[in-house]
Amino acid sequence: MRTSATGKWSKWAGGALALFAGVALTAVANQPAAAQSKQLTLCWAAWDPANALVELGKDFTKESGIEMKYEFVPWTSYADRFLNELNSHGKLCDLIIGDSQWIGGAAENHWYVKLNDFFAKEHITMDDFVPATVLGYSEWPKNTPNYWALPAMADAVGWTYRKDWFARPEIQAEFKKKYGRDLAPPKTYEELKQIAEFFQGRDIDGKKVYGAYIFTERGSEGITMGVTNVLYNYGFEYDNPKKPYQMQGFVNSANAVKGLEVYKELYKCCTAPGMTNAYMQEGLDAFKSGQVAMQMNWFAFFPGLYKDPNVGGDKIGFFVNPAGPNGHFTQLGGQGISVVATSEHQDDALRYIKWFAQPKVQQKWWEIGGYSALKAVVDAPGFPKSAPFAPQFLESMAIVKDFWAEPSYAQLLLDMQKRVHDYVVADKGTAQQALDLLVKDWTKVFKEQGKEVASQ
Amino acid sequence: MTAIIHPDAGADRIGAQARQAATRRVHGLSDRSIAWLFVAPTIALLLAINIFPLIWMIRLSFTSLNLSMSYLPLRFVGLENYSDILTDDDVWIRLQTTARFVICSVALQVVIGFGLALLINRQFRTHSFWTTIILLPMMLSPAVVGNFWTLLFQPQIGPFNYVIGLFTGIPPSSFSMTGEVALAPWTIVLVDSWMWAPYVMLICLAGLRSIPDYIYEAAEVDRASAWRQFWSITLPMVMPFLMLAVLFRAIENFKMFDMVNLLTSGGPGSTTELVSITLKRAAFEKWRTGYSSALAIILFVTVFGAANIYVKALNRVKQR
Repeated sequence: MRTSATGKWSKWAGGALALFAGVALTAVANQPAAAQSKQLTLCWAAWDPANALVELGKDFTKESGIEMKYEFVPWTSYADRFLNELNSHGKLCDLIIGDSQWIGGAAENHWYVKLNDFFAKEHITMDDFVPATVLGYSEWPKNTPNYWALPAMADAVGWTYRKDWFARPEIQAEFKKKYGRDLAPPKTYEELKQIAEFFQGRDIDGKKVYGAYIFTERGSEGITMGVTNVLYNYGFEYDNPKKPYQMQGFVNSANAVKGLEVYKELYKCCTAPGMTNAYMQEGLDAFKSGQVAMQMNWFAFFPGLYKDPNVGGDKIGFFVNPAGPNGHFTQLGGQGISVVATSEHQDDALRYIKWFAQPKVQQKWWEIGGYSALKAVVDAPGFPKSAPFAPQFLESMAIVKDFWAEPSYAQLLLDMQKRVHDYVVADKGTAQQALDLLVKDWTKVFKEQGKEVASQ
Repeated sequence: MTAIIHPDAGADRIGAQARQAATRRVHGLSDRSIAWLFVAPTIALLLAINIFPLIWMIRLSFTSLNLSMSYLPLRFVGLENYSDILTDDDVWIRLQTTARFVICSVALQVVIGFGLALLINRQFRTHSFWTTIILLPMMLSPAVVGNFWTLLFQPQIGPFNYVIGLFTGIPPSSFSMTGEVALAPWTIVLVDSWMWAPYVMLICLAGLRSIPDYIYEAAEVDRASAWRQFWSITLPMVMPFLMLAVLFRAIENFKMFDMVNLLTSGGPGSTTELVSITLKRAAFEKWRTGYSSALAIILFVTVFGAANIYVKALNRVKQR
């Protein structure tokens, strides 16, 4: 009997449906088998310390039998990617090492599990951690004992310099003749600018070198994380310490304006060509290729730089962010580790945090390239000598300041990125205009958030 | 004319129709039902991923929703988001930047693309090889293009600055194509044209090849010069294709995001911040969902309106 065209189509459609159903059933049938082995996914940025954490995590797997899976995202898309994940209540991450500025939003939006009860039960006390890291990574509201994360990776902005270039007698002599002092790591931004100018365009070993590398990145947080290191030290404040959210006269004070001008002068006088949109990686590349005398970057990268065969070892030195006329601070980096509220493996995730908080694990974390925030590690007598950058790290962690950690931090950050980049890199307007506009932007954001913003 | 009708023909026809109907009934589905069965998944997908989000977005555009502060109560704000956008100087500057980018890059692509199409249409010996070579850039991913042009434009090691230096004597590291306010807008125009001029060429080539040879032969007989043939035959007959290419490229460039984001991130400052970058920042970095929904709708209406006017013009050209 001949089959009609309609019949043929029906058979094809039936066959396709059967195939689809078969595949779906197989997938469903295989699911329990995959879920039998316990697994945790930890989300963080893709950078040197993340590799150290993978190494460290092997011990946890050995002890607990829980497999660790990692989701590392490059810094430039780290916030976008994970805030999107948290916002959409995704289940990708069980544990997240989230940026310090996320803490307000994560707490208010209940993206993270509050850890107070867990800490109390497991006898984990925040007094055991460096105060700046507890304030920066764990507390929301700030200065209240409400903890949403365990300090995981202490970090701050520091500087590296070419110790071998600084030590050359002919360079030393020329510098002394010009400035009347020895060439040494700068203590103030004025000294830093002099040194940067001195090296700018200089011929060293037949190669043209440049004075300094500073953050200028536009897209995520780069230029803000760079400029604040100067702004804080010249007198910039986020708001009136006595009247929260009153920014007029603090963000755009005369001292803050001067600080912004200094950052622009440094960018104009002493950076390598093309550094118009540069952040951590570009700084590492510039330093490793022997292009710059001094580099601004996060302490997290310093272990890797010290091990670098070309510029590490005796050739590299480290110094704390220089002071300004009105203070001595540096930008806080680093992150805390939190349990994601939508995770289906919260008990295992808490187990990881309990394991991670142990002094022996924290000690190993520091030894293999992470930065512990545990006092037992960093206050140990041998710590300053445990790495060439350890003393500068300790000093820096005592003078850190952080950006806003409000739930609206992303808007506040992007507004600052725009205003500062417009002024510093694109030569748009004056420093005063840039900061005035920033106050206007921030006022609008806080008002949208329902905050009362006093203008005077 | 006499029609010879077989006495059994009517009965046969009736019999065939009855068999056909019976087959339909046997399988339980009519042709119409089967057609719907096959179209339904597409319609469902279209509704789920296009129409529903569009309606949802229109709704959100009248609210104060900010996903980074989703704990705040959702307020109906009426046209506040729209008025905020339309009275924001920054948004107008971004729209102007986008318009300049669209006009410059589409104009350049049309000139280069049409020029290349005229050359390739001569069908010289290696024209197929050159067509493939010319088409290569548009086959690349914008992410790849953005990344490798970033390297090419690197002031110290990038070959672009070196070549410019070689011909002009300007020191290669003295300028940055992506980092200088005066150069960055032209840089994105240049890269976009490099990538998409071949696309315009392809459309123009289709137009050129659709012109019948006999028209040129008639023109030759009438002793029309090459220039006259170009103005009176080639250009008018290719015009609908050219206008179509302009429409496609203008819509694409209005939405341009990936390549510019990779090349300049909208910088230096906000010099190359196209409106699509502003939209992405508002929606997925600042999480201003209500505001960004309103901006997206304004952009959609703008593109849709402009495209409609343009299509009407295109139809008029076709009817000539």
